[in-house]
Amino acid sequence: MAMIEFHDVHKWYGEFHVLKGITQKVEKGEVLVICGPSGSGKSSFIRCLNRLEPIQKGQILLEGKSIHDKSVDVNELRTEVGIVFQQFNLYPHLSVLQNVTLAPTKVRKMPKAKAESIAMELLERVGIHDQARKYPVELSGGQQQRVAIARALAMQPKVMLFDEPTSALDPEMINEVLNAMKDLARAGMTMLCVTHEMGFAREVADRVVFMDGGKVIEEAPPDVFFSNPQHERTQAFLREIL
Amino acid sequence: MQYNFDWKLVLSGEYLQWIIDGVVVTCQISALSLVLAMAIGTLIAVMRLSAVRPLVWFSAGFTEFFRNTPLLVQIFFWYFGSDAVLPAAVNQWLYKQNFEFAAGVIALAVYTAAFIAEEIRSGIFSIPRTQLEASRACGLTFLQAMRYVVLPQAFRIIVPPLISQALNLFKNSSLCMTIGVMELTYMARQIESYTFHGFEAFTVSTLIYLTISLLVSFSITQYNKYFLRTIKY
Ligand SMILES: Nc1ncnc2c1ncn2[C@@H]1O[C@H](COP(=O)(O)OP(=O)(O)OP(=O)(O)O)[C@@H](O)[C@H]1O
Ligand SMILES: [Mg+2]
Repeated sequence: MAMIEFHDVHKWYGEFHVLKGITQKVEKGEVLVICGPSGSGKSSFIRCLNRLEPIQKGQILLEGKSIHDKSVDVNELRTEVGIVFQQFNLYPHLSVLQNVTLAPTKVRKMPKAKAESIAMELLERVGIHDQARKYPVELSGGQQQRVAIARALAMQPKVMLFDEPTSALDPEMINEVLNAMKDLARAGMTMLCVTHEMGFAREVADRVVFMDGGKVIEEAPPDVFFSNPQHERTQAFLREIL
Repeated sequence: MQYNFDWKLVLSGEYLQWIIDGVVVTCQISALSLVLAMAIGTLIAVMRLSAVRPLVWFSAGFTEFFRNTPLLVQIFFWYFGSDAVLPAAVNQWLYKQNFEFAAGVIALAVYTAAFIAEEIRSGIFSIPRTQLEASRACGLTFLQAMRYVVLPQAFRIIVPPLISQALNLFKNSSLCMTIGVMELTYMARQIESYTFHGFEAFTVSTLIYLTISLLVSFSITQYNKYFLRTIKY
């Protein structure tokens, strides 16, 4: 059984048809990189998986079970699918440690001491345990994004979504975030990453998916995708970003 | 004619006592109105944010009406109009109490509530939607996200403008002298008509208003310095 299955998923924003029949299968531990021009529907695609966006047609299965099933509690689902946003979206009024412990203590009702020790482990994993008492505003962009990764991991999700996690960062900070993501990939996390970091894709992706106009128009393992793109639009896109 | 300054007259004995009594009444009427205004203002803001149409209309009408008519007119309205609006039994009871005081409190509270409602509403709106989204994405329910993420941030942003509203209320309370509430300005006026030393009386009362207001403003600046520094997106 695949970890994630998209079956002919369609989505509209009002009149605008943003996802035009997405069918994808992602195995447990697989790392999928999604790329494509701006407005092609990449964010919409991954945000459907934790129901941040509703879909109007098709089916999405997580471990074989429809995420839109009546028996699925949306808050429960979201603890199983972590997401990291382009703009970090940390809680500015809480310390780094509180950012990570908020959901475990409030959603999982985990005792504070236990949540904090888990949070410290996660912060250590992304290399910022020495910043735990600081507030987000005191950290660099790269550090904030690593806190955001730790915050998502704190719910022990089965899948992690990344929506252009390095696009808002200064170039010298991109690598520290990519390294944290690579560690996660190597540890066996199932990941869907919208990113244009092709070095990252080559190194850890199992498959690269190219989207345009709400459809997946090409997909291949990274070596094939980069060396021998089939579709004309993929070629044009790669020429532009490489 | 030469005006003889006599500060001692105002700052001792009976007249000093009048000023002190006036300050006490000013503080009482301000504090009571503020508590009421906060309660009404929060209620109006929540109604305005709810999805229930009649409540939204009512709260919008309330806000626009009371913000856009002169406070003095509203004070007269409650003072002279309560006969027409309230049941006779309530009026009887009110007349036995300190009626001027009650009319003043209601007028100030309702007027200030309209401004406070707007501050609360815009405070909640000023928190980026992405904060709600990020917390919902971690599995928090809507109410948990409001309680732990959105409202604590909104509150920090709202406190300084709320304090300015409280200051306005404090200064506006002087208008209640017109309906005979014996607050600070009323007392200063009283001293002037008994002694013809209005200049001294009003200087002293002005300084009292100024001191209290400046103290409060100073605390807002401190608040901004220490508590708002972490809120950046
Ligand atoms: N909430 C919304 N309401 C209406 N239209 C939307 C909404 N969100 C996105 N869109 C539109 O849908 C299209 C696809 O959006 P989406 O964010 O999924 O694309 P994307 O591939 O992630 O683009 P980008 O690279 O710019 O992030 C865009 O044209 C966008 O304007
Ligand atoms: Mg996007």
